[in-house]
Amino acid sequence: MTLRCTFAALWVVCAMATVASAQNMQLELPKNVKAGSAVSISTAGSGKAVLYIVSPTQTLRRDVQLGESAVIAPGELHNAGHYSAFLVGPSSAQTTEFDVSSERPSTLSFLAKPSRLPVDLHDGISGVVYVFDAFRNLVLAPTEVSFELSETGGATQTRTVTARNGVAWLRLDSAPKAGSAQFQARVDGITEKRVVQQVSGEPCNLRMSARRSGTRVELETEPLRDCKGNAVPDGTIVTFIERNNGSESTVDVPLKRGIARTDLPANDGATISVATGVVMGNEIRWPR
Amino acid sequence: MSRGGLLAFAITVVTVALVAVGAIFPSTSAFASASGVPSAVRRPSSPQEAVETLVEEISRKDWAAAYNGLANKNEFTEQDFVRDLTGTHPSLRSYASLDGFDLHPLHASADTAQIRADLTWSEVVGTYHEVRDLKVIHADNQWQVAWPLVKEPRVPPQVLAVNYLRWDVVYRGPEDDWGAQDVESPHVRIVDMHPTDRAGAVVLVGELLNEDVVPAFVTVKATLLSKNGSAIATEDAFDKMSHVLLPKQVTPFRIDFQNVRLAEVDNIRMNPSSSLIAASADPVVEIEDQKLNGLPDSSLTGKLVNQSGQVVNIAHVLATFYDNNGQPVWVADGYADRALLPQIPVPFTTSLPADLSGRVSRYRVVASTYSSSHLQ
Repeated sequence: MTLRCTFAALWVVCAMATVASAQNMQLELPKNVKAGSAVSISTAGSGKAVLYIVSPTQTLRRDVQLGESAVIAPGELHNAGHYSAFLVGPSSAQTTEFDVSSERPSTLSFLAKPSRLPVDLHDGISGVVYVFDAFRNLVLAPTEVSFELSETGGATQTRTVTARNGVAWLRLDSAPKAGSAQFQARVDGITEKRVVQQVSGEPCNLRMSARRSGTRVELETEPLRDCKGNAVPDGTIVTFIERNNGSESTVDVPLKRGIARTDLPANDGATISVATGVVMGNEIRWPR
Repeated sequence: MSRGGLLAFAITVVTVALVAVGAIFPSTSAFASASGVPSAVRRPSSPQEAVETLVEEISRKDWAAAYNGLANKNEFTEQDFVRDLTGTHPSLRSYASLDGFDLHPLHASADTAQIRADLTWSEVVGTYHEVRDLKVIHADNQWQVAWPLVKEPRVPPQVLAVNYLRWDVVYRGPEDDWGAQDVESPHVRIVDMHPTDRAGAVVLVGELLNEDVVPAFVTVKATLLSKNGSAIATEDAFDKMSHVLLPKQVTPFRIDFQNVRLAEVDNIRMNPSSSLIAASADPVVEIEDQKLNGLPDSSLTGKLVNQSGQVVNIAHVLATFYDNNGQPVWVADGYADRALLPQIPVPFTTSLPADLSGRVSRYRVVASTYSSSHLQ
């Protein structure tokens, strides 16, 4: 319904524009208006007329008394862009064009990717900020955007980027220490926060020990860490394999409190190995 | 009399005659199934007939009739007998039905006989075979089966301390701004993939690694592309892979393309996908005594041992077979038909195609589990 009305209004306006251009008359209107602000439009002459204000995203219609000012209330003209105003009287029409520009920044759309990544990754984190005003118009004017990545342990990376055409972006390295980092973007006191989880890398130095427990051999890994010394998260699967005379026993064990622990049959002459993902650990010949 | 009337009269006479014959000479099986009267009434006249009767009753799940017909029913209760056949805890066996049987007489004398019953059970994931050697005894002018009851071992009552580890996921909400980040899907990687031509089909076998620190629900889809780049066929691994991978866990996968020759394939597009899933790190299942058995029945056998305290209702076993170069050549799967009780070994078997038996030098077995307590 609204769309149909808009097309009808545009058709009328186009017809009036043809007349207006023939008469070469102008309305008195500021050339640039801030989105959402009140606008006063002066008209000349006498009698009644209709004022149309048209843009690709918004159409307004007002009945006006010629010679008086037509007032567009605050908040009515809120979409940024290029507008045309048509004043259509009984025998003539006047037209003018003006721009509605975005207001000062009010909201930020902050895309921080990825939300989870390994530690110590060069340019691993990307942050993109779109700056909007209160009416969700992209703020095209150059704007200073301050990015801050606060890592666990207190270290902070800060960078300021100027938004061009409403967009500011940067890349940052992930920290060598695992943990949740607060990633923050700030413009004129407006702040958006994201959390970036920096997780340990591939396990380093996977080592296990073995000891007899009745007819079984108890196996336990040392606390598992990556090459930067970060603890590998609990739940990571560690596989223990026992080979003995053409027979095998295996078990996939999740890390709990940093270590993986299980038991397998204590077969003399058996070889026991350990692995996690594509990382191999040490091998034990049983009995030791 | 008209032709129609004659036909009606003939049908009536035949019906009355058949009802009379049925009443005078009732069918024993119909009699038993309709009335629930135990088979003992029928008095099997041979060992073979006694076993057939028992198996038919088991097939109908007429446990009372089957139990009442046993020669050694004073040694155990009907409940024990039913548990032996269906399992103590819900498992694939609980919902299986007897699909067929073969009987092989092993030994016979005037009073006793030994018959091997090869039972084929049908369950939701396929069929499984069970072999029971049945002793049949002649007493009171009839043959009766002495059921070889296998009691499920029980774990002594105890408390097992478990550091329970699970992951829950909080996703972004519909009211969030479009720029608000969502939780990242787990990163998974195909670490190995090998296509082969087998019996008029292209078979892809490989392995997928969850290289992330969170659990993943994974699938693998493959598209075969012809020389002109058009898609020949698309398939996924379905049940020939483990779909829930904990961090750093590896699953094998096998994708079969029926009626396609490898010579027709120019390229293969692999599409592994992953999504976050709430998962638990338990139970832990040990796979004990894995052995590769050679021809003629090439297979991999072993025992599953539940190292945790909770009952595992269904266990799915996936075996990857590698050649001398460490390249995967086949992936096979199998199920344990009984529930895994804590610390009680349950045997499993996965078959290996006979022609690959000689090529396999190494294998790797993983088990994925389903517990009804997780589904509640």
